[in-house]
Amino acid sequence: MTNVSAAADDYGFVRFANVQKSYDGEILVVKDLNLDIAKGEFLTMLGPSGSGKTTCLMMLAGFESATYGEIRLKNERIDNVPPHKRGIGMVFQNYALFPHMTVAENLAFPLRVRKMGKAEIEDRVKRALEMVELPAMAGRMPAQLSGGQQQRVAVARALVFEPDLVLMDEPLGALDKNLREQMQYEIKHIHESLGVTVVYVTHDQSEALTMSNRIAVFNDGVIQQLAPPADLYERPDNAFVAAFIGENNKLKGKVEQMDGQSCTVRLEDGSSVVALPVNVGGKGEPTTLSLRPERVVVAPAEGSLPNAFEARVEELIYLGDHIRTRVSVCGTDEFIVKIPNAQSHARISRGEMVRIGWAMEDCRALDA
Amino acid sequence: MAVPSYAGPLERTWYYAFRVICGLIFFFLIAPILVIIPLSFNVQPYFTYTREMLTFDPAGYSLRWYEDFFSSRQWMMSIRNSVIIGILATLVATVLGTIAALGLSRKEMPFRGLIMGILISPMIVPLIISAAGMFFFYSSVGLASTFPGVILAHAALGIPFVIITVTATLVGFDHSLTRAAASLGADPTTTFRRVTFPLIMPGVISGALFAFITSFDEVVIVLFVAGVEQRTIPREMWSGIREQISPTILAVATILVMISIALLTTIELLRRRSERLRGIRPS
Repeated sequence: MTNVSAAADDYGFVRFANVQKSYDGEILVVKDLNLDIAKGEFLTMLGPSGSGKTTCLMMLAGFESATYGEIRLKNERIDNVPPHKRGIGMVFQNYALFPHMTVAENLAFPLRVRKMGKAEIEDRVKRALEMVELPAMAGRMPAQLSGGQQQRVAVARALVFEPDLVLMDEPLGALDKNLREQMQYEIKHIHESLGVTVVYVTHDQSEALTMSNRIAVFNDGVIQQLAPPADLYERPDNAFVAAFIGENNKLKGKVEQMDGQSCTVRLEDGSSVVALPVNVGGKGEPTTLSLRPERVVVAPAEGSLPNAFEARVEELIYLGDHIRTRVSVCGTDEFIVKIPNAQSHARISRGEMVRIGWAMEDCRALDA
Repeated sequence: MAVPSYAGPLERTWYYAFRVICGLIFFFLIAPILVIIPLSFNVQPYFTYTREMLTFDPAGYSLRWYEDFFSSRQWMMSIRNSVIIGILATLVATVLGTIAALGLSRKEMPFRGLIMGILISPMIVPLIISAAGMFFFYSSVGLASTFPGVILAHAALGIPFVIITVTATLVGFDHSLTRAAASLGADPTTTFRRVTFPLIMPGVISGALFAFITSFDEVVIVLFVAGVEQRTIPREMWSGIREQISPTILAVATILVMISIALLTTIELLRRRSERLRGIRPS
């Protein structure tokens, strides 16, 4: 899942061009959004609450209007098309099943408003229920179903009229952890087998990493980074993305020296680190170094890594497959190292001094 | 709920005293209504219990006041008037009240509190003041002593009930359902017809029933606004007490009590049905 599997020739299936949104005419909730989504792509809008991701989805669905800019679907402007004429399927956070209709009537609703024949409606409802593995539930009322079953019916209802585009607004937020993981795979499989384009909104990063072709990380009304999951995790563009996706060690300092490939950063406690310049101004500028806990090497061979420091072990947390170790190094006592729980690894204990190090490429110099 | 095993003597005393007090309140509320029902079967033209009635002698009872009621042209006309005015006023109040409640439940609606207050005011303003105002206003526009006048006046009284019950239903209404309907391709009219209305219907019906009962037993406005042609049952009972003092009004009262019980039972059954539909387990 590291590469975009969608056909590259269909880029611009959904297009946001210079879209802005303000509710009160003063504060922009979405600032100059430009985003192209390919046909067949699974794109996730990820971000904390209030970052503008849900507003973007609602503008695409037609429930909010853009203050400025245009939104296109299949190269046609849809900003002035009412929601019921857009033909976009949508799965809501609280399922939004019609409580006074049976499961089958819920699924038949979009087909009946499209004036389809009775036989065709029956056939499509049956197939949709089989797709979500609930063929026996046709006659039940939504209130008689479990949360997971309701969510599947909601997914089936958003797909039964064969839209080209389906929007999902935190659809798994109300489910418990196990069910959520199972549903992630099911939605992913449905997406792959139908080839439908999905725009998915969530604040759960693991959900985004599991399911998406690409992830747009939102913060403060701006897309901070748009990239496939692996790129996002391994090559964050800025300090926000680095901190939001996965666990991250932050070291603050000033750029002391810079050439094309690497830079030397003087930290606040005086130690000097060699890092990969990604998003830094130049000599003398402040920067935040970002380093994943699993990329820190314990007791590296002498001279094998450009960055090596003496660290004091402050805390050890046993997590089964790895041991989360908090150490004091480079002027911070919040530095996390993930030590795999493997036989070859030496046991360390609290209060000990250990030597840790990391490679230049794993330590990314980002904006301050 | 039994007395808990850890209750002390004081708590035990209160446990029983509480039940006695509740019983007394209940008696206070219901006795005046219950007392008229046997009296309406009195064979004598009195408003008191006779010796025969108290000894359960069949000779002390009769249906003569019911006969009197059903054979009187004046009473029959008042029934017809009450039903016509009640139904039409209910229709007007239900349609207007439902529309108002739907509009007032939208967040983008400005001055919601103020408009709600104005629409609810017929419930709060003393009836006699509304009635006097309506009398002068209707007289100047030619609505006094006409059916449309009485119907509009009663509709104004019924609208607050419809607004309140429909608004209460809309509080629990999940607005993502209308969004879901739109995303599935339903235009706003279809969405209202197939999704919103079926779900708020219990509120609409209970509001309509309250509006009907309000119109059905309203006398003050009828006294001011209605003419001889528009005499309703309460108006006829009012003059019956003042002018004829016949136990026929006890028979009428008994019939009205029965109608009220039937209507309130309907409300309760509808409420349970709506809870079932929304997936709320009956407690």
